[in-house]
Amino acid sequence: MRLDQMYQEIILDHYRNPHGAGLREPFDAESFQINPTCGDEITLRVALKRNGTDATGTGDSLVVAEVSYDALGCSISQAAASVLTDLVVGRSVEESLRTLDAFQEMVQGRGTVEPDEDVLGDGVAFAGVARYPARVKCALLGWMAFKDAVVRVTGGPGDAPAAAPEGNGAKR
Amino acid sequence: MTELDVAKPVSVSRNIATLDVAKLRADFPILSRTVREDKPLVYLDSGATSQRPRQVMDAERAFLEQHNAAVHRGAHQLAEEATDAFESARARIAAFIGAEPGEVVFTKNATEGINLVAYAMSNASVGYGPDTPEGRFALGPGDEIVITEMEHHSNLVPWQELCRRTGATLRWFKVSEDGRLDLDSDPITERTKLVAFVHQSNVLGTVNPVPELVRRARAVGALVLLDACQSVPHAPINVCALGVDFAVFSGHKMLGPSGVGVLYGREELLAAMPPFLTGGSMIEVVRMEGTTYAPPPQRFEAGVPMTSQAVGLAAAVDYLTGIGMDVVAAHERELTAAALAGVSGLDGVRLIGPADLDSRGATVSFVVDGVHAHDVGQVLDDQGVAVRVGHHCAWPLHRRFGVAATVRATFAVYNTLEEVDALVNGVVAAQKFFGVA
Repeated sequence: MRLDQMYQEIILDHYRNPHGAGLREPFDAESFQINPTCGDEITLRVALKRNGTDATGTGDSLVVAEVSYDALGCSISQAAASVLTDLVVGRSVEESLRTLDAFQEMVQGRGTVEPDEDVLGDGVAFAGVARYPARVKCALLGWMAFKDAVVRVTGGPGDAPAAAPEGNGAKR
Repeated sequence: MTELDVAKPVSVSRNIATLDVAKLRADFPILSRTVREDKPLVYLDSGATSQRPRQVMDAERAFLEQHNAAVHRGAHQLAEEATDAFESARARIAAFIGAEPGEVVFTKNATEGINLVAYAMSNASVGYGPDTPEGRFALGPGDEIVITEMEHHSNLVPWQELCRRTGATLRWFKVSEDGRLDLDSDPITERTKLVAFVHQSNVLGTVNPVPELVRRARAVGALVLLDACQSVPHAPINVCALGVDFAVFSGHKMLGPSGVGVLYGREELLAAMPPFLTGGSMIEVVRMEGTTYAPPPQRFEAGVPMTSQAVGLAAAVDYLTGIGMDVVAAHERELTAAALAGVSGLDGVRLIGPADLDSRGATVSFVVDGVHAHDVGQVLDDQGVAVRVGHHCAWPLHRRFGVAATVRATFAVYNTLEEVDALVNGVVAAQKFFGVA
């Protein structure tokens, strides 16, 4: 049944036991995102920290120290936020944004994009959502909040990372 | 997921003697298609848009194949025929709601009809147009517009924006826990210039007490605008008997085409009202120095209007008249009774709207404990049952009930009791799928 392709067990597990749920401090930026067609919403916080060296060993990089969130929404949006925390916490900002791009490409691909499990982990379970255009926004809600929060700290996706803020710094 | 074996039977009479639904459904080709591979379509989203019978599509096609031309311009034969078809459509639609043809303005949809009045008032507020000396349509600081908490965004946002432009204040009736208008929360005062409200709520199904609201508005000299989108398709409506000043509805919700709607306005009011959109067709005399306006309804129909759509809407009106609006209402009442019994009979399901049949239409909204409306809708869709999920463009109303989203089933004359069963079975399936039942 097609329904099972969309609501894979991984998704239902994340929905029932969301990882990283709840708002925590300290954080560097917070983003509130809403899906105007259904009213689902998420408040998501990120805390970044500066790593001594980046992956190539040539300089500093910002790392996602923590993601916390409060989400009101369907199983798809809740599970996507849960998977997001698994995929980005502990990774560099750069890497997490690449993961975001891959996730977005997959769910917006109308089922034509073959996901890479090495990049997306449990996120590959959302491949079935791509067949339901009306649900794509659900899957992306938390990810868009994450992107927005990161940009609030770094000043923009194309910009050099700003100095890692201290503690409970810039909020929206 | 498991097959459906636990649905409660819906215990209502299976006899809708006055209407041969099976025969009627044959007029709607789309109702016999399948969706999601091989599931027969169960279309319970007519509140968003209704399906169209062949008669409507045939009327549009016949017009386009034989009579198409720009109306109210040109003296050739096709122009005459097109204009006749267009004005005949206006007259039939006017008769359908108990109005005069000159009181029916074609708009793109109901939203445009409401905006037309809002912008006319906006224009009047800056001294523009042929407003009456006492300035019936003009608003300013100290004036108030009254709406309700159960409005569709289309009857809310235009008034918010009008208040922003004019300095007037927006006030509203509250909604009670059982989904009725709280008449004790009445904000109507001597300052009220307009009372705008929905006839039948697109979420709750509640039918509001029009005569009482009109009486209260009249007592302070306020105008009344009725959003009749969800009532005109489902019950006999006579705008004169209702006593409202304005009413709006959309063609696509009443078995007609999209792209056409109606603003009804009392003749003397339309005559005094400034235009909204300006340009061709709505003029009397144009000079480089200035322009005078055509009388209504042309004053409010700038540009070449939708034509085959108007013809199609008139065919929809003829179709509904052929069934009889009292028969339509009786049939939908039976469906509503079954849906209310079926849905509210389920454990873990909360109805949002009146639980009784008194003053309510065939719109049934609900939430399922532990399953988000989107997820309920997805399971229903998987079984071929098309409902709407979300806030249905009535976000403040959902906030009032403390929910982000509801599942909404809306019925029309072509729906059957078996389709009510499919809805109830689908909700049970969603509960099982998500492990809450």
